[in-house]
Amino acid sequence: MELLKNLPEMDLMRSEKMTFVQLIIPVESAHRAVSYLGELGLLQFRDLNDDKSPFQRTFVNQVKRCAEMSRKLRFFKDQIHKAGLQSSALPTLQPDVDLEALETQLAEHEHELIEMNANSEKLQQTYNELLEFKIVLQKAGVFLVSGKSYDTAEGTELDDNVYPSDYPESASLLEQATQSGPPNSSGLRFISGIIPKSKILLFERMLFRATRGNLLFNQAPADELIMDPVSSEMVEKTVFVVFFSGEQAKTKILKICEAFGANCYPVPEDLTKQTQITQEVLSRLSELETTLDVGIRHRNAALHSIGFHLTLWMNMVKREKAVFDTLNMLNFDVTKKCLVGEGWCPIFAKPKIQEALQRATFDSNSQVGIIFHVMDAVESPPTYFRTNAFTNAYQEIVDAYGVAKYQEANPAVYTVITFPFLFAVMFGDWGHGICLLIGALILIAREGKLSSQKLGSFMEMLFGGRYVLLLMSLFSIYCGLIYNEFFSVPYHIFGDSAYKCRDDSCSDAYTVGLIKYRDAYPFGVDPSWRGSRSELPFLNSLKMKMSILFGVAQMNLGIMLSYFNSIFFNNSLDIRYQFVPQMIFLNSLFGYLSLLIIIKWCTGSQADLYHVMIYMFLSPFDDLGENELFWGQRPLQILLLLSALVAVPWMLFPKPFILRKLHTERFQGRAYGILRSSEIDTDSDPGSPRQHEEEFNFSEVFVHQMIHSIEFVLGSVSNTASYLRLWALSLAHSELSTVFYEKVLLLAWGYNNILIRMVGLAVFAFATAFILLMMETLSAFLHALRLHWVEFQNKFYGGDGYKFKPFSFAAIADDED
Amino acid sequence: MYGFEAMTFNIHGGYLEAIVRGHRSGLLTAADYNNLCQCETLDDIKMHLTATEYGPYLQNEPSPLHTTTIVEKCTLKLVDEYKHMLCQATEPMSTFLEYITYGHMIDNVVLIVTGTLHERDVQELLEKCHPLGMFDSIATLAVAQNMRELYRLVLVDTPLAPYFSECITSEDLDDMNIEIMRNTLYKAYLEDFYQFCQKLGGATAEIMSDLLAFEADRRAVNITINSIGTELTRDDRRKLYSSFGLLYPYGHEELAVCEDIDQVRGVMEKYPPYQPIFSKLSYGESQMLDKAFYEEEVKRLCLSFEQQFHYGVFFAYMRLKEQEIRNLMWISECVAQNQKSRVHDSVVFIF
Repeated sequence: MELLKNLPEMDLMRSEKMTFVQLIIPVESAHRAVSYLGELGLLQFRDLNDDKSPFQRTFVNQVKRCAEMSRKLRFFKDQIHKAGLQSSALPTLQPDVDLEALETQLAEHEHELIEMNANSEKLQQTYNELLEFKIVLQKAGVFLVSGKSYDTAEGTELDDNVYPSDYPESASLLEQATQSGPPNSSGLRFISGIIPKSKILLFERMLFRATRGNLLFNQAPADELIMDPVSSEMVEKTVFVVFFSGEQAKTKILKICEAFGANCYPVPEDLTKQTQITQEVLSRLSELETTLDVGIRHRNAALHSIGFHLTLWMNMVKREKAVFDTLNMLNFDVTKKCLVGEGWCPIFAKPKIQEALQRATFDSNSQVGIIFHVMDAVESPPTYFRTNAFTNAYQEIVDAYGVAKYQEANPAVYTVITFPFLFAVMFGDWGHGICLLIGALILIAREGKLSSQKLGSFMEMLFGGRYVLLLMSLFSIYCGLIYNEFFSVPYHIFGDSAYKCRDDSCSDAYTVGLIKYRDAYPFGVDPSWRGSRSELPFLNSLKMKMSILFGVAQMNLGIMLSYFNSIFFNNSLDIRYQFVPQMIFLNSLFGYLSLLIIIKWCTGSQADLYHVMIYMFLSPFDDLGENELFWGQRPLQILLLLSALVAVPWMLFPKPFILRKLHTERFQGRAYGILRSSEIDTDSDPGSPRQHEEEFNFSEVFVHQMIHSIEFVLGSVSNTASYLRLWALSLAHSELSTVFYEKVLLLAWGYNNILIRMVGLAVFAFATAFILLMMETLSAFLHALRLHWVEFQNKFYGGDGYKFKPFSFAAIADDED
Repeated sequence: MYGFEAMTFNIHGGYLEAIVRGHRSGLLTAADYNNLCQCETLDDIKMHLTATEYGPYLQNEPSPLHTTTIVEKCTLKLVDEYKHMLCQATEPMSTFLEYITYGHMIDNVVLIVTGTLHERDVQELLEKCHPLGMFDSIATLAVAQNMRELYRLVLVDTPLAPYFSECITSEDLDDMNIEIMRNTLYKAYLEDFYQFCQKLGGATAEIMSDLLAFEADRRAVNITINSIGTELTRDDRRKLYSSFGLLYPYGHEELAVCEDIDQVRGVMEKYPPYQPIFSKLSYGESQMLDKAFYEEEVKRLCLSFEQQFHYGVFFAYMRLKEQEIRNLMWISECVAQNQKSRVHDSVVFIF
């Protein structure tokens, strides 16, 4: 007992001791203090303004400003991304700009960018129009020329048409066009323009309907893609020319063009004029192109300079926002000169926090220091384990089930070894183990690189569990050596087999069996068992018994941990009426079974353990006969059976009755006092937790205890049986890999054909990689998980705590990306 | 197969029903509305909304915010959700979902036609259209001069075409005609939708006939009230009532002859489901009627979520969301125009 108490404290065994603290911060140093605390990241603030909506809080304006700034930053990021630039994350040596300056700077940049965008958009639009005009001129010109010859034969006048356009840029062109020919009220005329290709069919149909078929529609695809100014995507367009007659038709067609977003351009029918306009358009196009280029270069330069600081700024704004969000959790005191904050921190961090607060007071030249003191708290403290890269994954495995109650024994300590070990019992094959090991080592070797970059969800999971993977693979190699399986093939690694054939021909090896001629194989399973008649019975018996031993051992560990929990929380009642009977019950039945297994292994006895266990219950007084393993087994069995029977009422009845007795005793002495004071108390402070502390409901407690006891009694049977999954999965794994080896690889190798061999090898490799290495790993992982969560942790683990979430800049930077 | 939807519904409809129920739980709650009503500026509203499902749609809006932007973005969210559901839907649910938008389509057609009649810019009108009721050739509506042309040119391609059979005239379009057209179309639409739901059968028919009947009755009352004092004859008026619903046929006879609001009230109070709506109003008042109807509708829509394995939830969700957007628009307008005292006038809490 003394030894146990003198052991050094284990960090991971119990969560950090926490304390509830109150901070009283003068307004002038509040911001600095909170940001220093954020850098430290060891204080979890409690929201004191829970009832207020976000915009009623004190620092709502600052939060809004931060949101606005981050919006601008997102805009920059988007622009940079659109321009195809890389936002270089150079750690520039720029000093910390203060927020105000940054805000104005950002506003300037945004203004500049928006203006530039507007300019370039305008230019782009003009450019697009000219480009379209050019295309229309080219394409429509062809129609017109062919139409013209036809036209002169007919003797009809063909007029080129003019219509107003909204675009001032092309005004000069339009003016020229206007002079080219006054519209005629009669005769055949035409409209030419350009329309997105996707709309052309609908457009044509609509035109046909609107003019009742009195039109001629010509179209030709444009050769170039044209940028859509809204979505900045390249769109395929089609040039069309519509010939029609009549004024009314014209207005209709124009309206339809407008409705479909078709841009109409006038094409002079005169060839010389056409070439003249084409020339002009081309020259303007090239001019515009250079202007556009200059504009884009200018913009890219601006974006580039923004890109330099972007990550820095984003981080800064994020931090500022977090600081103000935290400040919003604080309360103003009565004088409105101080902010009051409450929160949890680990005890070891108190000096650090105090130091940070002092620094904040000093740096902000505040007259008054920050008051930092410990308070009483009603609710239970958060759970905080200090983990490192190695233990973190195991802690996560436990936390996934439930976060430990404050200062409760932490199963993660044992999980570090037992989890990979139980996994390996199911996954024992040193060939597969080596494959996993290589994977794990690759992940660990590239740790630095991988941890900084963003991974997919699957890789993230794999990377997070790299140390779990490492131990799992090491243990599978170990178990694989014991099972003597390398991709299901046994090897003579530790010397020769202990068995040999009866004669040289080895003809009866599979029928009668082998004979033993030397000492047992030194380590693991003898390779000669493989393929022999008794391979399966031998391995099954071995693995089944082994599973039960592991199971009983782990469950005992679980019950032991409940003992340590009771010691820690000073709960002698639980030790006497829960821990002791549980120990007795489990060990008198399954502990005894384990003992029998070990004796049987050591003595090589032929006794039938099923028989022993079953008749221990059915007829405990009968003679054991040939199943007797040791002297005095029968009286021992009777004793164990009796103690198991006694243990059940022991864990069921005393505890609730004692609790009731304690409760009544506590209230007997001070019944009057309570009556009076409680009345006053409920009036003055109805929310006080001490009031409803003692609501003792006997039937509830009793039912609870009954459920608990029944669960344990039934559980000890079913949980032991549940550990047999170790055997089942291990068997499945080895059988599966045997099938792939023998029925695929060896079968293919039997053919003397390189092609078949290659195919066989490929199938074997894929089956090994995907079925054995991925799916089997997953299933063994899940079963190991279940054994820990259910069979192990239900013996002692409450898991109803909540995690310590300190206000920390590091965490903020992490979770956003 | 009435009563056996549970066996087969989830094969095609399970995923979408889950989706729509998920969306429903994203609707703003009374607590949200309380917070929104306390906002001082539109930025506060934006800030509050960014904490809700609307977050991604509003967070990138630059700060001097307008009511229209808020409404636009919220509608955009509805449209995105609708499009997602429509993409995933199979027959007959996709048809059902399409039916939901026809109402907006009718409104859009009427909006454009009226707008062009008053010589408004088509682009401007298009921006005002509800995005759910858009169809390809909607802009071409401006070309049409009369109903026959309207039908022949544009609407023959749309799902609205069959509804036009009753209102094709060669008359020129004017305000009165258009309004009659809207109501005729709506009547035909509701009847068609009702038939469609009956054809689907099962819980869908049961719930949707209830919801559509309410819609039809509400329209009947509104038509009556709006047509009091106009030159619309009784027969014309009766022609605009949908031929189903609680009021059909005897209530319609009585409504057709009503001359003032109190007579309408007298007719409606004979029908128990509508009694509570009218009992809330004082005599001669018709202002609050809309809100009362909306409240009743929201109650009915919410109830449709109580039953599973039917398409009514999609209809109900779309309607609830539209109501929510109306609420947001009202609150934002009140905040923007400093009329905070009137903020509760027209907000219908959904839960």
